[in-house]
Formats: sequence, structure tokens, C-alpha cells
Amino acid sequence: MFEALSYESLQAYWWIIIALLGGALVFMLFVQGGQTLLNKLSDNEEEKTLLVNLFGHKWEITFTTLVVFGGAFFASFPLFYSTSFGGAYYVWMIILFAFIVQAVSYEYRKKKNNFLGSKTYEKFLFFNGVIAPVFLGVAVSTFFTGSPFSVDKSRIVNLKSNVEAVISQWKSPWYGLEAIWTIDNLAFLQNLALGLAIFFLARVIALLYIKKMVDNQNILEKAQKCLKRNVILFLIFFLFWLIRLLFINGFAVNPETGEIYMEPYKYFHNLVQQPALLIFLLIGILLVLWGIYGGLFKNQTNAFWKAGIGTIITVMAIFFLAGFNHTSYYPSIYDLQSSLTIANSSSSKYTLTAMAYVSLMVPFVIAYIIWAWKALDSHKLSVEELKKEEIKY
Amino acid sequence: MEHIDWGLVNWSRAQFALTALYHWIFVPLTLGLSFMLAIMETIYYKTGDEKWLKIEKFWLKLFGINFAIGVATGIILEFEFGTNWSNYSWFVGDIFGAPLAIEGIMAFFMESTFIAIMFFGWNKVSKKAHLISTWLVAIGSNLSALWILVANGWMQNPVGMKFNPDTMRNEMENFWDVLFNPVAINKFIHTITSAYTFSALFVIGVSAWLILKNKDKLYAKYSMIIASVFGFLAIIATIITGDGSAKQVAKYQPMKLAAMEGLYKGSRGAPLIAVGTPTIRNGSLIKSIEDDLAGRNQEKVKIEGFEIPYGLSILAFNDPNAFVPGIKDLVEGNPKEGIRSYKERIKSGKIAIEALANYKKAKKEGKESEAKKYLEIFRAHFDDFGYGYFDKLGVEELIPPVTITFMSFHTMVLLGTWFLIFFYLVYRAVQKDNIEKKKWLLKLGVWGIFFGWLAQELGWITAEAGRMPWVIQDLMPTMVAVSHLHKENVMLTFALFFIVFTALLIAEIKIMITTIKNGFSN
Repeated sequence: MFEALSYESLQAYWWIIIALLGGALVFMLFVQGGQTLLNKLSDNEEEKTLLVNLFGHKWEITFTTLVVFGGAFFASFPLFYSTSFGGAYYVWMIILFAFIVQAVSYEYRKKKNNFLGSKTYEKFLFFNGVIAPVFLGVAVSTFFTGSPFSVDKSRIVNLKSNVEAVISQWKSPWYGLEAIWTIDNLAFLQNLALGLAIFFLARVIALLYIKKMVDNQNILEKAQKCLKRNVILFLIFFLFWLIRLLFINGFAVNPETGEIYMEPYKYFHNLVQQPALLIFLLIGILLVLWGIYGGLFKNQTNAFWKAGIGTIITVMAIFFLAGFNHTSYYPSIYDLQSSLTIANSSSSKYTLTAMAYVSLMVPFVIAYIIWAWKALDSHKLSVEELKKEEIKY
Repeated sequence: MEHIDWGLVNWSRAQFALTALYHWIFVPLTLGLSFMLAIMETIYYKTGDEKWLKIEKFWLKLFGINFAIGVATGIILEFEFGTNWSNYSWFVGDIFGAPLAIEGIMAFFMESTFIAIMFFGWNKVSKKAHLISTWLVAIGSNLSALWILVANGWMQNPVGMKFNPDTMRNEMENFWDVLFNPVAINKFIHTITSAYTFSALFVIGVSAWLILKNKDKLYAKYSMIIASVFGFLAIIATIITGDGSAKQVAKYQPMKLAAMEGLYKGSRGAPLIAVGTPTIRNGSLIKSIEDDLAGRNQEKVKIEGFEIPYGLSILAFNDPNAFVPGIKDLVEGNPKEGIRSYKERIKSGKIAIEALANYKKAKKEGKESEAKKYLEIFRAHFDDFGYGYFDKLGVEELIPPVTITFMSFHTMVLLGTWFLIFFYLVYRAVQKDNIEKKKWLLKLGVWGIFFGWLAQELGWITAEAGRMPWVIQDLMPTMVAVSHLHKENVMLTFALFFIVFTALLIAEIKIMITTIKNGFSN
């Protein structure tokens, strides 16, 4: 079946899978958003525990989505894996540390004799809730603003020095952190804007989830107030990022020669030249806005799903904007010709084909996640109901 | 190589070793305990006996405490291939990435989805659906082990691929060869059954402690029955696959076998050192080997111990008269036995690397016939490609750490043998209902948790330290696999990992002990 596809089609197929996983990851970051609201929305320990349990039933799916996102990127676009992870070392390490401390915090927070104390684990949850969305957003924004690296595959035959034999070399001593202070083309503003947009979006979706799933008047009232502020901040940062993106120079690829060059309004052109993508992006954004509107003004319980699905679609569209239509999705500002494209960074045709068969499992995976999700979310969660539970966080 | 940044290489190795060893403190318990939980819940489902539900829920609490930190320490390992082994990620990412992605799609999602049902779904799904979820957690966690061990097996015995000189990487040619790589399959069974062994030792150890404290003795004894049978079957499988593993090491990684057995000079009818230490009379082992290879000090290197005649030849090749090469044979070569010297392989590897460089140059200049010629040379010497990165016959660079590999391997084997006897003794004592009187066995049971953990870690040290200097056998040494970092970058993250993981380990142990002290009743 997949053998009949061309190499280019398989590369595009895998970029779509990566975009889907990226979208799912950003949607699932609502768990992180919720972690930053534990103190804000609760007046007492019981209410806080209720919120911890609400998000605690879902944290592992976010965690797994991140791991699968990384694994799938490795399998399909290994040059990105070796360039970005090995180069933007500090950024990825900070993100990973944030997830390490999250993983134990739900389980250990309320346990007796937990060594670090409940407050520390709550701080870990807050730390993860802030760092993960902001840094993941910054990392994705560099898909459009570029990073300082050079790639030369023939370095592997360098016998002079093992360090100089490394194919992908980062050219900043800050190993990725420079993304938040690079002044050229105001890249830092663009990167931080997406980081903060994702942070506030994660909180917005978390608040919509609380409205859908929590049976506690005090928490719901606070959530409603909090939602307004976070929606405004999300819209400011996201619209700034998106509008500015349409005006900046982009990293284009000459389809004949593979040469990378700067093209004014490249991302605007990508939308105009790909009307389907423009419609896809607008559908995503409108769904997010519809969900927000439903949550803010109509008290709709399905607002969470509208905003969530809208998020997945919007993020997928952003990935398509970065990778399709002869665009470099991971550009280098140090050496333009080192920039990564879907074509020059992917796995071989054989591997992409084999992995495409594996991807047929994805609908099956989605199906059982939906089943489990429905089973666990069949009733609203209240303090009283939680007291009846034998096993809880 | 004219210059090697050993600081960067060694700190990168240390960081990977640290994270892998920490991760492996917790994973074996997840792999084995998940199946024991499924067995307990199945008994409850079939009999409706509430006692089994109570037993399961106690072990489920401990499972949860352990699972969380296992996940925490695991995430970093996948990403470290990119962060710290950037060259490796490109050189073999076309093959190595696939098992990691499949692990995520096939196993991690199953595990993480159904674990939520297993913990929080007691009153939300039917008994049957809950039981299926518990089994799926066990299957999911073990499937994840399959795929990561397929990846690891491939590093020890790279198969199913071909080097593409245009992309400068190895590319997959046959997925099934990678999946059914004999090293991977044997490694998978050996690793998971050893993990089951450790889980059984854990259940027995905790139960033994409760019996010693006169707490929940009945529940503890029921748990022991399940664990001793489970553990006995597991350790038999571990021993059988351990034997298989030794044969594969002999075939694909002879230097590792020589280090595991401390075999310096090979011979036919080679004896097996059952108990011994790889000591030499004066100075360090490595120095002595270097001296000997340089023609000085011929008789200085000798590893002494209790020998089983013909044992190693039988272990490695099922033939008492088979030739087992030693370190010296592999380094200096042994034409009589058809073993090429390292010197020869280094020379051949350099030809391969040079031919590849010339091929790229010729291609760039559009000289196709020249490129074809260089490609043929490259293909003829490709099997020695990794050796080309070594400049001199530096023993320290080319020979795995013999003392560590030898001691790890032998201690692991001794402990494994003891576990076989131990499970039998526990089963008999519980069956005869006199285990309470056997305080010595109960105390050994408590210590069994430590020994089980030790055997697990030593197994990995044998496998990984023994294959040095190769990150991919014969094709890529660790020194060429690193990222373009400074050692200080890695030292910083190493320190952070060490501090965070140690703090979390202390937390885990304290919570575990408190939960165990509460027993089944609370």
C-alpha cells in the first residue's frame, strides 16, 4: 500500500503525523495549564486535592504524547533530532527536567513521609506547568525565526578531532537559550510571544476542562473570572505572533536546486499559495475562539472539546506552514544552506514506508484513549465523590 | 584521531550510564509486578474472593509509587540519544529511531491509558474491563521493553541495514531482520525474565519482612506463593537465555566475552573461571596488558580463580575443543584461528574512511567513474569502518574495562544461581506452611530485594561496559558518536540529574517503606 507512494509523499505523510502529534501535545498541555492554577482556584486543601486529581488522571497521556512526538521525530526526521536536541541542549534539558519532576509529583504529593514535603511537589507541578508550555512554544517558534547551527554530513570522515567530526554543530554557547534574547529581526519577541501564547492557551483549555468536569461552586466561580484574563492574554500573544509572522522574511527552498534563500512575506505567501491550508488554519482558530466563547458566555460543557480540537488543527496548520510549499522547517541563521527541510532531513524511503504501516495503529490508539477518557470522565468530580475513592492523588 | 576530547566523551557516557542505571532501579519492578497484579486480579475475578482484591490493592500501591519514578527517569533516556549522541542519531537514526517510535505508539500509549483505568477505574468500569486494563498495562509495559531492547540489540549486532554514502548514514533494508535480530530476541527474553525475577524477589522480600514483624501474615504468605512460582519460572528462563546470550556474545562480540571471562590468551578447550578476580601482581591491569602487548612482561597478566575445565569452550560454542579467543588474540590477531589483528582492522578502517571521503569529493566534482571506484573500495572495507577512527593501538581505547566487566558478570551469575535455589526453598516452606519458623530464610528474603536489584544492574554493566568502545559494534566508537558540546555543559546536567534523581530515589524509598509498614490492612 505505502510502497506505491513516492518518497516525497511519504515525507509529507510523516510531516502530517508529526504535526498531528505536535497538535495533540499542545492540546494536552492543558494538564500543565491546570497545574499553574491549583492555588489560584482553591480555597482549601480539599479543593486543591480535587484539582490535582482532576488533572492527575490525564498527566500520563501528555507525558506519553511528548515521548511519542520525540520518538516519531527521531524515526522520520533524524537530522532534526540530531541537530536540535544535540544543539539546543539547554532548552531541551530544561523541558525534560520539568517533566521529570512532574512525573513523581502527583503520586508523591500526598504520601506520608515523602521526604521533600507536599509543598515542594506542588512547586514542581507549577514549575512544570510554566516551563513546559513556554519552552515548547519557544522551540516551535524557532521553526520560523531560525537557530544558529551548521550541518555538514561529510564531517563524519574528519579524522583530526572527534568534536569536529560532529555533523550538526551549534554555534551559540547558550545552546538554544539564545532564542529568548536574539535581537536580530526581533526574534526573541516572536519566540517569546508563541511561548506565552501556548502558556495562556494551556490555562484557558484547563479552565474549560474544569468548567466541564468539576462540581464545586467556589472553584467554578474562580475559574470563570480567571478564564477572562487568560483569554485576553492568550489572544494578545497569539495574534501578535501570527500577524507578525505574515510580515517577516521566511526561509524558502528553491525546488530545482535545493538552495535556501530568504523570501519576504514567505509565510503569508504560503497561506495564499495554499488556500486549503489557509482554510484549515482558519477553521482551527475559529474552533478555538468558538470554544472560548462557549465557555465564557454560554457555559457550554463541550467548549473544552471545541477549543481542544481547534488547538490540534491550529498547531497542525502551523507545522504545515513551516514545512510545506518549499519551506525550510528548521532554518539556520548561521549558515542558510544548513537549514533543514522535509526533504533533506528525513529517513530513507524504506524506513518511512515501514513506519507508515506502524502509523496505521494510530486510529486504534485514539479509539482506546477515547474509551478510557470517557470511562474516567463519566461523572463530574466533587470533593464528596473524591472522598469515597480508595485510590487517589 | 589526532585529538579526542575525552572529557566530553566520558562525561557523556557517565550521564547516560547514570540515567540508565537509575531508570533500571525501577523498571524491572514495573515489568514483573504488573503481571503479578494481573494474575492476582484474575484470581479475584474468577473466585470473587475479596482477599485477593485486598492483596492486589496493596501491591498496586507499591506499583504506583515505583511506576511514577520509573517514568520520570525514563523520559530522559530517549531524548539523550539526541542531546548527547548527536552524531549517532544521524549515523543510525534511520534504523534506531523506528523501534523508539513504535515503542511510543504501540506500548507507551497502551500503558499510560490503561494505567489510569487500573488505578482510578475501580468504580467506573466493569470488573471485566478493569481486569483487561490491568492485563493491558502489563502487556504494554513489556512491549515497551521489547522495542527498546530491539534497539539495544541492534547496537550490539547491527543487521538489516546498508550504509548509504550519499546520505552518510546507515539505512534500513529489512525491518524484519532488525526485529528478529537473534541478539535482540534473546536479550529481550533474558531482560524481561530477569526483571520478573527481581519483582518476585521484591514481593517475597516485602512479604518476608511483614511476617517477621508479625503483620498480615496470611496475605503475605499468599503473595509469596504467587511470587515464588513466578520467580522460579522466571529465573529458569533467565538462566537459559543467559546461556544463549553468552553464545551470541562469543559469536558477535568476542572481545566482550574475553573481558567477561577475563580471558587474556585464548585456547582450545578453554576453562571457565567460576570464581575469581582479574588481578595482576603489580600495577593496573590495563598497564600490564599494554606492557605485554608491547613485548614486555610476558607472564605478568594472569587472571586467577577456580576453573572449570573446558567450561568456556562449551559455554561459548557447545564444543569442549572449540577455540575461544582471548584479549591478546583479538588485539594481536591469530592467523591460525582466522582472527585478524586490531592493527589490520584499523588500517582497513582507515582505507574505508578515506575511500568515503574521496567518493564524496569525486561525486561533488562530477567524476562518476572515480566515485564508483572509491565506493567499491569503501564497501570492501566497510566492516572495519569504526576501527578507522583509532590511531594507535591504545589498549585503554580499544579494550573494555576488564575488571568491571569480569566482576559484574561473575557476581550476576552467582546471584542468579542463588535465586533459583532461593525460590525453591521459599515455595517449599510456604507450601509446608513452616516459613514463619524459618527466620533465616525470611531474613534472606528481605536481603533478596537488594541482591535482586544488584544482579539487575550488574547485568546491564556487563552488557554495556563489555561492549566498549563501541556504540555500534565495529562501526562507530563512542568517541565519534557524541554531540558538539563542551564537557562543562554535560557536567552541569550530570550534576542536576544526580541531585534530582537521588532526591527522588530517597523520596521513593521512604514512601515505600511507610506504605509497607502500613501493611495490607490499611
